[in-house]
Formats: sequence, C-alpha cells, structure tokens
Amino acid sequence: MSAEQKSPQQSAVDGLYDEAEHWNLNTGEETIHAKRMGGLWRNIKWLSASVWILFFIAPYLRWGDRQAILFDIPNRQFHILNTTILPQDFWMLSLLLLFFALLLAVSTALAGRIYCGYFCFQTVWTDVFTWLDEKLEGTPPKRRKLDKAKLDFAKFRIKFTKHLIWLLISVLTGISFVAWFYDAFDLWSDIFSLQAGSTAYGTIALFTVGTYVLAGYMREQACFWLCPYARIQGVMVDNTTLVPTYDFKRGEPRGRIVKGQSEDERTTGDCVDCKQCIAVCPTGVDIRHGQQEGCITCGLCIDACDLVMEKLDRPKGLIRYESLDVLEGGENRPLLKRPRVWVYGLIMSAALAGIGYGLSMLDALELKVIHARQPLFVLLSNGSIQNKYTLKVLNKMTKDVPVKITATGPEGLILVDADGITAKHGKVTPRTVFVRVPKSNLKGENTPIIFQVEGEEDGEMFVGTRKSVFIGPKY
Amino acid sequence: MADNNPFPGENNTGHIWDDNIRELANPPPRWWMIAFWASIAWFLGYGVLYPMYPIGQKPTEGVMGWTQIKEYQEGLDEVVAVRAEFENQLKDMSAKDILANPGLADYTVASVKVLFGDNCAPCHGGGGQGGPGYPVLADDDWLFGGTVETIEQTITMGRKGIMTAHGKILSDDEASKLADAIAAGNPTSDPNFLQKGCIACHGMDGKGMQMLGSANLTDGIYRFVPEEGKSVTDSVKQTILHGVNDVTDPQTREAVMPSFGERLSKDEIKKLAVYVYKFGGGQ
Repeated sequence: MSAEQKSPQQSAVDGLYDEAEHWNLNTGEETIHAKRMGGLWRNIKWLSASVWILFFIAPYLRWGDRQAILFDIPNRQFHILNTTILPQDFWMLSLLLLFFALLLAVSTALAGRIYCGYFCFQTVWTDVFTWLDEKLEGTPPKRRKLDKAKLDFAKFRIKFTKHLIWLLISVLTGISFVAWFYDAFDLWSDIFSLQAGSTAYGTIALFTVGTYVLAGYMREQACFWLCPYARIQGVMVDNTTLVPTYDFKRGEPRGRIVKGQSEDERTTGDCVDCKQCIAVCPTGVDIRHGQQEGCITCGLCIDACDLVMEKLDRPKGLIRYESLDVLEGGENRPLLKRPRVWVYGLIMSAALAGIGYGLSMLDALELKVIHARQPLFVLLSNGSIQNKYTLKVLNKMTKDVPVKITATGPEGLILVDADGITAKHGKVTPRTVFVRVPKSNLKGENTPIIFQVEGEEDGEMFVGTRKSVFIGPKY
Repeated sequence: MADNNPFPGENNTGHIWDDNIRELANPPPRWWMIAFWASIAWFLGYGVLYPMYPIGQKPTEGVMGWTQIKEYQEGLDEVVAVRAEFENQLKDMSAKDILANPGLADYTVASVKVLFGDNCAPCHGGGGQGGPGYPVLADDDWLFGGTVETIEQTITMGRKGIMTAHGKILSDDEASKLADAIAAGNPTSDPNFLQKGCIACHGMDGKGMQMLGSANLTDGIYRFVPEEGKSVTDSVKQTILHGVNDVTDPQTREAVMPSFGERLSKDEIKKLAVYVYKFGGGQ
C-alpha cells in the first residue's frame, strides 16, 4: 500500500500515533534480548541474588538428628534451629508477615523497587536464564538472528541444550522448595524410589512448570502484567524516593556526537542518544522517559550510561539513583523528617517486639481449660457442687513427661481424676477432671478457679497456669 | 463492501463504524485455543471415566465405576478399620474392665457419644443434665445404684419405680408437714414418717434403698424437680399425695425408663454404661 492511496482519515490516525512513538507498550510480542554489561550495579545484583543460594542449600543443614529448618506440615510443627513452633504459637507468623510487608513498604519508600530489582525470585531466576542465553546463544544480535533462523541441526542443538538446562534448574527449584517441608535427604531417596507422595510430586511439578514458564518465557511480562506487588510498590514511591533517574537537565537536548566538533561548540546536552540504557534494560524500558511501571530499578542502565560517559570523558551519573526533589533543584528531606519512616518503623518494631516476646515466652507446658456446659454444675448427695472440666495439656518439650495438676479456688475444693497424667511431647493430652466444693463455701454463682500444670525435664521445672470459673447455683 | 474498504489488507471483516473503528478477523491467541481444546478433551475424558450422560433410565456408569455412595462407604470402612483395633479389645471385656483401662475408657467415651445422643439425650440431655421429669445422670445420687453394672442393667431392662399414693391415709395438713420435713432434709423429724410406713421403702434414716429404687430424702436432690413457680415443698407434697406410677391415682407421677435390651446390642449397652458412669457420678 503506497502513501498516495491512504484515505484522509487514515492520515489523521497515523498522525496521532506518530506522537505516540514512545508509548512502546510492551505486551511481549517481541522477546527482549538485553545486552549484558559489567559495572557496579551489575556486581551488586549478583551479590544480592546470591542470597538465593540459601534456598538451595539450607535444607541440607542439620540440627541434632533433624533438619535445621523444617516446616513439618503433616506433624504441625515448625523446626527452626533449636526452636520448635507449634500451631498454638502461630500468631507470631502473622507478625513476621507484617514485618516483611512493612520492610517492603519502607524499602520502597526510601529506594524504590529495590526488592524487584535485586531480590525478587522472578528477577533473579530470569537473570540466570538470560545469562544462559548469552553463554549458549551469544550476544543479543546473534540471539535475534538465531530466533529468526530456520531450525537446522546447529540451532536445534543449541536450543535443546538451553531448554535442558532450564528444565534442570526448574526441577531443582521445585525439589529445593519441597525440601523445606520434607526431610531433604529422605526427599531425594523417596523421589527416586517413587515414594514421595502426590503432594510432593505435585508441588515439584508445579514449581518446575512455574519456573520454566515464568523465567524462560514470561520474564518481564510477569512484572508488567502478573505481579501485584509491582503495582502496589508503584504508589509507595514519592518525591524523596531514590530511583534510577535520567538527569534531563544535563542530558537534554540529546543529540548524536558530531565528528570533529569540539566540546565547546557542542549545543546538545550530555546524552548522546546511544540507547545503551535501553539495550541493557531487562524489561525493555527507556529510563529517559522518567520513572515508569516497567522499571524494576535494577540500576543496569546506570552502569551502561556510566561506561559511555567515561569513554566520552563526560562526568558520570547522567543516569543515577536520585530523588525527584533533588533533580528539580531541591534538597533531600532528612530520613528522620519523613513520616513514613516513623510510621513504618514503629509498626515494624512493634511486630519485632511481639515476635521477640513470643519466642522468649514460649512455654514448655501450656494448659487449656474447657468448662463443661451441660450441665454447668451438679449437686452431689453430700451437699457439694461438682463442676466438670476438660484440661488440655500441651507439651512442647522433647520428651513425654509426667505432669502434676493442681487447682486453687474456693475453700474446701477437691480435685478428682487429675492424677497420673503423662503429657505426650509435641501433642495435646486431654483429660476430664471434676472439682467439688461444699455448697456452703460458695459466695456467688461464679467463683474464679486457677489450674496449674507442672512438669520437669532435665531437672528444670516448667509450669503453665490457666484461669477458669467454678459455677454454682444461683442464690 | 470489500470493494471500497478504506483499510485494505489488514484482515478486517468490513464492518466499520465512525470512519475508523473496524472489526478485525484475528484468530484468538494460541494459548486460548489450547485451553479451549484442552477443556473439551477434559470433558470427553471425564465422561468416559465418571458417570455422566443421562441415557435411558440410568446415566452412563463410567469406566472407573465411581459412585458417591461407594466413596461414602469407603470413608465409613476407613473409620471402622481405625476403630477395629479398640473394638476387638472391647468385645471380651466387661464394663468394669474398660473403666480400669484409661485408654479404652477414653476411646469408649469418645466413640459412643453419638449413640448416647440418639438414644438417651432426648430425655436425659446431651451432657446427662436431665430434663423436666427426667433424672440427672451426672450426679452421684442414684435411685437404683451407680455402679457400672447396675447402670448396664438399668439400660438393658429399663426401670419403673413404684410409690403408692398416700392421699387416702394422710390428710392434706399431715402431708404438708411431712413435705416440710423432707424439704428441710430431715424426714425422720416428722412422726408420720415412721407411723405411716414411709420407712418401709425409704428406710429408717430416710436415705432410701437402692434395691427398691426408693429415693434418698435427705440429700436435697429430687427425682421430681419442682415445676416453674412451685416450691420444693409443694412438689414433695404432690408426690406424697399421688405417688409414683400408681395406677389407682390419675394424678400420679409418671416415671418410666424404657428397656433398651432389644434395641441395642450388648456391646453398645456396655459402652453406654461406661459413658454414663463417666459423667461424673459413677460409683
């Protein structure tokens, strides 16, 4: 179709879209083959990504005769080093989640989406997968050419090797995840002897497919269109937040280098429009349009730009971590004068304090008392009132221990059937007991009563108490 | 229409509105088509494996032979299998032996709750708290005895206490006085207790005789709890005047525990006896 044949309407539409040349909505039609250049932020990225090595090796660490960190869901026990956490202590988990949610909030408020750029598994796994791309298929131009090339033996061999390694990483990811919930050494032998159970195989399969698809194919599309955190974090950024920023005052008007022109004659800004910052971007955005949804603030464009500026003998930092306030000529508000730092900080310390309290107060013996409701009380033939209670003794120690139950309450109280209880470790031991009190000793309908459980392990006494109520007839 | 299509060569359907809004004929995305065909394949596979097509009187059965009833039965069998270990032990044990074994006693209490709820709770309440006109099972005041054997016997045979109506031999005034003495927990203080023959059943001390099923009149626990608005004395007086299960008196108290010997198996009754004993009043 030639230009002459265009209808007037079409020309108007084209004109509209001409302006939008840079909208560049990345919906994944084109695979992004980002250039890899070294630099400070690249190194920091490797360093922070290496934290994930723990994900693969930590399950193999032992503590005594068990795994050091094991989330044993079938037995409802979480083992973390020397601590064992039972479902009764689960409230601490919600505080832990609160802490990390706020940590994400505060780090985003201060330094943008550093979690996305440096720690997120999507970023890290994608980074490793694209590193493999580079090693096996070569530089981005070569990769683009290979993608377009016909499938011959050479292409097949390269692609096959790559997908095999991708799959291997994916399977290992799946197995490593399951190993946090399943004794790691047993897991490996169970997997190969086909005894690991459908949950384990299913989870491994899910993570294998997930890793392969998300890190191999979806890549930056997951950040653009799947991940809710990307959007949530977008609104946490403000004028004081440090994010990779293109210094448009220095850079504009951008212009290519003119041969033979001396620095004094130059009428353009520092940006030479080499587009290296776009070439290295793992999500394919142009940072020179400012902060945008696609930017995961990984700083790779800073490395690229600095390298170019160095070659041209212009000052570095045309793209740098900077806040909008400073860029517009203002000053950075001190950390302690930002309300967010205070509010987030306070909530985080409260959550931490709660967890600290919980961990230090982990009772070895815990007692729950359930008062029978039908009937609330019974009159006995000797004139006593009898109440029935179900006691639940939770033993968090490592051994079964004999426990002694006592009750203090109204005068003349007799505790019946509370002898000879052995509290099983890691379990709740129930026991139905009766309390009898002479009717004449009761002053009102409800009288407080306190139950106490005592047990001994390795010479150390542990005590748990619980308040309840003794109910008598109305007066 | 295709002749003057202003946007040729872009695969539109020729439907154009407002100069430039047009309907394109692009195929759905590949992943969508894959999901579409996969769900059809799923549907077909499901129809082969599970009951599905309503052909004729019965639907197709499916090659796996799965039915809801079968799955329910399997679940039930699982429960029976778990219980078998305990049930086998209980079979040859007496109720007393079960009580002596804490583990088995706990199992019995936990497993027989449903049976109690179905057969006993309508009168005696879910926790043995009794009800209007029905005795409390959770206290230690037993008409016929609170050992586990007598409880077992009570459930098997049923019980029916008898007290003759004393309206003919006691004046209203005398009955009131006697009722006052009983309500005060001291029946022997009234001379009529001895003279009118109460002692024959309730004993010299008024504490009742479990052989006969007669009530202990001294402990303040009453087989017939006063109705709403009535005093203990009125209630006791009514029992004295009209008796219990006395066919000659139309106003007599009715108190019958039916026999469960034919409705329940021996093992079930044995377990129920343990359950009742464990309410807190067993002796």
